[in-house]
Amino acid sequence: MKTASTLSIAAVLALSVAPVMAQKTASQGIDEYRAMLQDGNPADLFEAKGEDLWKKARGPKNASLEKCDLGKGPGVVKGAFVELPRYFADTQRMQDLESRLVTCMETLQGFNAAEISKTAFGRGEMANVTALATWIAAESKGQRFNLSQAHTQEKTFYEVGKRLFFQRGGPHDFSCASCHGEEGKRIRLQDLPILTKNPGDGVGFAAWPAYRVSNGQMWSMQLRLNDCYRQQRFPYPGFGSDATIALATYLGVNAKGAASVAPAIKR
Amino acid sequence: MADPMRIRAQASGDKATVRVLMSHEMESGQRKDAAGKTVPAWFIQEVTANLNGKQVLSAEWGPAVSKNPFLQFTVKGAKAGDKIAVTWKDNKGDTRTDEATVS
Repeated sequence: MKTASTLSIAAVLALSVAPVMAQKTASQGIDEYRAMLQDGNPADLFEAKGEDLWKKARGPKNASLEKCDLGKGPGVVKGAFVELPRYFADTQRMQDLESRLVTCMETLQGFNAAEISKTAFGRGEMANVTALATWIAAESKGQRFNLSQAHTQEKTFYEVGKRLFFQRGGPHDFSCASCHGEEGKRIRLQDLPILTKNPGDGVGFAAWPAYRVSNGQMWSMQLRLNDCYRQQRFPYPGFGSDATIALATYLGVNAKGAASVAPAIKR
Repeated sequence: MADPMRIRAQASGDKATVRVLMSHEMESGQRKDAAGKTVPAWFIQEVTANLNGKQVLSAEWGPAVSKNPFLQFTVKGAKAGDKIAVTWKDNKGDTRTDEATVS
């Protein structure tokens, strides 16, 4: 008798639990997993490393980066991230955060910019650039994107970026827009943001640099964009190339008003 | 020299929640590099936590723990101002200790 009642309770429990589990969609499950990871985001470690690198005297000139002008004046870090890429009068070109950092590392610290740009992601000085970008992005956490479109170059790069975004090519005849131009697209279980308009706070452009749990790597925006091309079966456009900066300008301007959550955490 | 840990300790009631983020490769010894050679195992083996110098946690870890591991635990009787020190030691004998104050 006792066993029978226990059994029936177990059966009732099983019945009541099953529908609750069925209601949860895969993307909700992923959201919960992300929320769990958020608490111990290892991007914090890269952030700490980046802050240290910014303040430490390094390179052939044994100088720190504290006089680096990220667009808001020498040494101003807060708020710089949400206004990049922008046109820089001293280098006379459009630069995003990472290419600007490499310029500073050359002019202030005496590193060879061309050599750093050629270094593979995650190696040598390139890993330091990523860590610096992580810290600088974190300093603007919660601020809203507001890219300038005042200079002609900034307008040109937006237009070029837009064309690149829709340009199809490669063996799969893919464009960025093939995946990021419509509602409800995903790669496996990852929902893909629509990047032709503001995708919302902390989505798309406002979520990188990010820590990738699956490979334990810190990914910068430059790596994100270059890797998108790899997924299109294109060669890398290259670190700091005009193509990646034009795309970043297009995405950044579209994201106007979105709050940055970088450094984020990804699957 | 290993990179520092990030330790946060927050008191609530008669206990404190401690969150530790460690910076470590945690190489399992099962992977092979581009040349096909096994990447040697390199992971944290021992973790200990001290509250004001008295041990409150000791753990033995293995190669199955993820890269840049995150550890969370609660300590009974810890209050604001107490010192929490966390130490890890890896299989190469490298060790690192970091301390945080309970807030």
